[in-house]
Amino acid sequence: MTQTPSQTIGPYFAYGLTPQQYGYDHNEICNSRLADASAEGEHIIIKGIVLDGKNQPVNDAMIELWQANSKGEFIQTKKDGFVSFGRCGTGTNHDNQFEFHTIKPSNSEGAPYINVIVFMRGILSHMYTRIYFSDEEQANNADSFLQQIETNRRHTLIANKLPGDDLNVYEFNINMQGQNETVFLDC
Amino acid sequence: MNKRDWKINPLFYPDYKSTVLRTPKQPLIPVKHSLNELTGPAYGTSVIGEFDHDLTKNGIKNSPPLGEKIVVAGKVLDDNGKAIPNTLVEIWQANAAGKYIHKADSHDAPLDPNFFGGGRVLTDKEGNYKFYTIKPGAYPWGNHENAWRPAHIHFSLFGDNICSRLVTQMYFPNDPLFKYDPIYQSVPEHARHLLVSDFSLDLTESGICLGYEFNIVLRGKNSTPFENQ
Ligand SMILES: [Fe+2]
Repeated sequence: MTQTPSQTIGPYFAYGLTPQQYGYDHNEICNSRLADASAEGEHIIIKGIVLDGKNQPVNDAMIELWQANSKGEFIQTKKDGFVSFGRCGTGTNHDNQFEFHTIKPSNSEGAPYINVIVFMRGILSHMYTRIYFSDEEQANNADSFLQQIETNRRHTLIANKLPGDDLNVYEFNINMQGQNETVFLDC
Repeated sequence: MNKRDWKINPLFYPDYKSTVLRTPKQPLIPVKHSLNELTGPAYGTSVIGEFDHDLTKNGIKNSPPLGEKIVVAGKVLDDNGKAIPNTLVEIWQANAAGKYIHKADSHDAPLDPNFFGGGRVLTDKEGNYKFYTIKPGAYPWGNHENAWRPAHIHFSLFGDNICSRLVTQMYFPNDPLFKYDPIYQSVPEHARHLLVSDFSLDLTESGICLGYEFNIVLRGKNSTPFENQ
């Protein structure tokens, strides 16, 4: 059977898909907090912006994450303070940032990474990418997927750990086009 | 997984002007799937509110919403033809006047205090879903002079894993705006009918509402035994 074609998420998804984040009176199925304080593992924050071909921040994108926990397991419903899935729109923060609270995933088959799904007005189909971590240099250098990516584009898949001792904060910006266009995947 | 059918999902479509600065220009990199991609979120009845399947009720403040009540129902399948049970279907739409409750909607049309416009259901054991709602109105947008979106309902689905994820829009039969809408036109002609619901007398409820059938096909597991051949 032919797959149903994709259509853009458009500019007005917020009250349907991320209602609480945007202040609408409806419960939401998930949010940007994959890990509560009680979750086992290394707690991290991932934040970033989505930039268009003119380097302007996109204020109506929605980002979804899907990742393993610290033991490499995938958790569909929040258990012991962790769930593998999260969602965040870029329209509620004044810098148009998304920000996720999660834990560093583990991956027995290679470098740890988080699957990222990107939606916004102006793309007809969602895009997939991945977040790898700047402080996993050794694992990244040995990872067969990362190594097949051209060297000059590989950095677009790596979240940069920001300086500071208290919190493990990583910055991951998504460039839709341009010199630093993010590597997107036929996933 | 079966491949995403990129023939029916072109990415760059300059008549839809926002694609010009937002659609990636580099080719997509193929990936080998691991458990990271072959798993995905799943939801149970706990995320479904009492009236989330009935948008004529889930936003009521004092009286039923204005507009034409309809029922939209169908089956969620994978591309092997297998029904997908217990999968979450999320929808959102404009009201009968073509106005979204979203704060950024600047269309000069009235909000309906009794209509929210968002809902969600799970498919049943046979992959069936059903929503009651109000037929959404067409609305203008800034893409080009006198641009109007044909009436549509936005759908978001998960399926078995993150590779089967789909966000799309359902249209109504014979809409005169189809030929002027670049979002609808971005889909190649042979696949456009897959976005258009069918009027169904079987779904139509006597004295209550007209029925529309909309089936959705997601990516399924590879149906050939040797995926990497
Ligand atoms: Fe819309």
